[in-house]
Amino acid sequence: MWQNWALSLYNKIFGKFPGTGSSETAGKSWAEFFIESVIRVFGFSTIGFVLLIFLFLLKEGLPALWEVAPGNLFGTRWYPTFNMFGTLPLILGSAYVTIAAIVIALPLGVTTAVFVREVAPQWAREILKPLIEVLAGIPSVVLGFFGMHVIAPMLRSALGVPTGLSAFTGAVILAYMSLPTIISVAEDALDSVPKSYRDAALAMGATRWQTIWRVTVPAARSGVAMAVMLGMGRAIGETMAVMMVTGNAARMPLSAGSLFMPVRTMTATVAAEMGEVANGSVHYHTLFGIGIILFILTFMINILAASAIFKKQRKGGLR
Amino acid sequence: MEILSYSRDKKCRPSAFRLRFASFAVCLVLFIGIGVLCGCGKSKPQDVTGSASGAGTIENKGSDTLVNLALAWAEEYMEVHSNVSISVTGGGSGTGIAAMINGTVSIANASREMSPEEIRAATDCGIEPVGFVVAYDAIAVVVSLSNPLERLTFRQISDIYTGKIINWAQVGGENRPIVLLSRESNSGTHVYFLENVIRMGNYRSKLLFSPDTLLMPSSEGISSEIRQNPNAIGYDGLGYVTEDQKVIAVSKDDNGPFVVPSAKTVKDRSYPIARPLYMYTAGRPAGQMKDYIEWILNGGQTLVAKLGFVPL
Repeated sequence: MWQNWALSLYNKIFGKFPGTGSSETAGKSWAEFFIESVIRVFGFSTIGFVLLIFLFLLKEGLPALWEVAPGNLFGTRWYPTFNMFGTLPLILGSAYVTIAAIVIALPLGVTTAVFVREVAPQWAREILKPLIEVLAGIPSVVLGFFGMHVIAPMLRSALGVPTGLSAFTGAVILAYMSLPTIISVAEDALDSVPKSYRDAALAMGATRWQTIWRVTVPAARSGVAMAVMLGMGRAIGETMAVMMVTGNAARMPLSAGSLFMPVRTMTATVAAEMGEVANGSVHYHTLFGIGIILFILTFMINILAASAIFKKQRKGGLR
Repeated sequence: MEILSYSRDKKCRPSAFRLRFASFAVCLVLFIGIGVLCGCGKSKPQDVTGSASGAGTIENKGSDTLVNLALAWAEEYMEVHSNVSISVTGGGSGTGIAAMINGTVSIANASREMSPEEIRAATDCGIEPVGFVVAYDAIAVVVSLSNPLERLTFRQISDIYTGKIINWAQVGGENRPIVLLSRESNSGTHVYFLENVIRMGNYRSKLLFSPDTLLMPSSEGISSEIRQNPNAIGYDGLGYVTEDQKVIAVSKDDNGPFVVPSAKTVKDRSYPIARPLYMYTAGRPAGQMKDYIEWILNGGQTLVAKLGFVPL
């Protein structure tokens, strides 16, 4: 009985068990079976690794919940040397920088995508597209260095703020880093809008601008939303550049003008402190706890992005 | 950061890692050893002093401030004396001194003098600790070159860093907001500055850095911000201060004397944010260990400035 059950389960996961196939194709099917299994194992291992990483995060991070009093853990002061583990300024800091980055990057990214896909002549598109992809290849530490030495001093003197190492500088750098993602995904979305839509709009007497703004972009909005989500996922997880330009002061970014004051993000905190922390200490567990929060946030953002894709597919595609 | 600046010297990097690894194992054994003995005197330190041939192991443990310097010394010394192996571990001055009293290490690194209790514990065990000042560590308070301010008292620095004073005009400067820069809170310099300057050496004080303090991950972060921002104030090891920063004269008392840190003022102890760094041995060192300590006090001093400390 159980053999049958095991066999059917096996067949379900790995395809048909080779012994049960017809005898003349046995040689061939063994090779096929082998290759298929390898591919399957590779495919499933990705999920396995993510699960293992999450389990590891939980194992190392959850003890923080009972080692640190809740009032302390969600307090407003982060000073681990003196057992103050308030993660609120860090969570708000990450949220602040990420949202500001998206607010900057969204109009820039979408308009660039519209220009590249809808307005630019063929030769300009052929130059622009690879250039935008090159943008994605710039190492974040280089951008961080650039931000620290060029953008921060520039913003300080231009805006008359006390220091250029602020949430805004971080947001500008992050916007720049998430632009390539937003542009290429949004451009793909615009690309998949059927030509008949544009033709119909133009035939109705719409101008080119009206066609783009009222027909093409709305038709591609789920793709644009996905672009923004992916850009956001890129921004919230970014570490090095953010650590170099945001000033890393764990203050609550609630007062007016906080945008132009320093903040400390979750990623920068983990990166700056993990190297020196005693293995297994309360501080160590709290840093992993921050890792859990980051993991869940990026996971949720990716799910939202994925649901945008699936929605588009259910409609049967727009092409 | 200390680790980073140290590994700049590429050629000694692999051995540094090997050393750390070895010292890790040694550390583990030591901990177990301490736990079992939990007293003193029964075990003798690995006797390098007796072997006239000069071959042997020197164990070196203690202050985290000193650990990179001690590592650099050990590596340079071992390059010339290939028959000696020196292992260096951190853990803090107290840990190192306790290990020396228990007889598990031959040299204790300390960023402070031994306390009377520690000396009594050592003599109870029949050990006469001998201290050597091996280098000085000074912390300079720096501002931008365009800041007209020349001097500050401890009280003013404390008020600035705790957020009580937020404008340079309150300490006799221009009407500008103050931007606070500090090293990350896990740096030894950060803790030393907090305890000795912000809390002014008062151990009951609960003062902390203001939450508005910018915690820079590196000395380079501090110097680049100081260089271009006239609002900024920062502090760092004297060895990390570059030409394009202005070093502030500091006074421990409210009305002077104000002293600028330099090799001279650090050595005559008139500069208040400085401390000698020590190595303690159990009894007068002899043989290989004597040679090592003597080399540190003479030939090894060239490394001191390189690592950001003040040589003897």
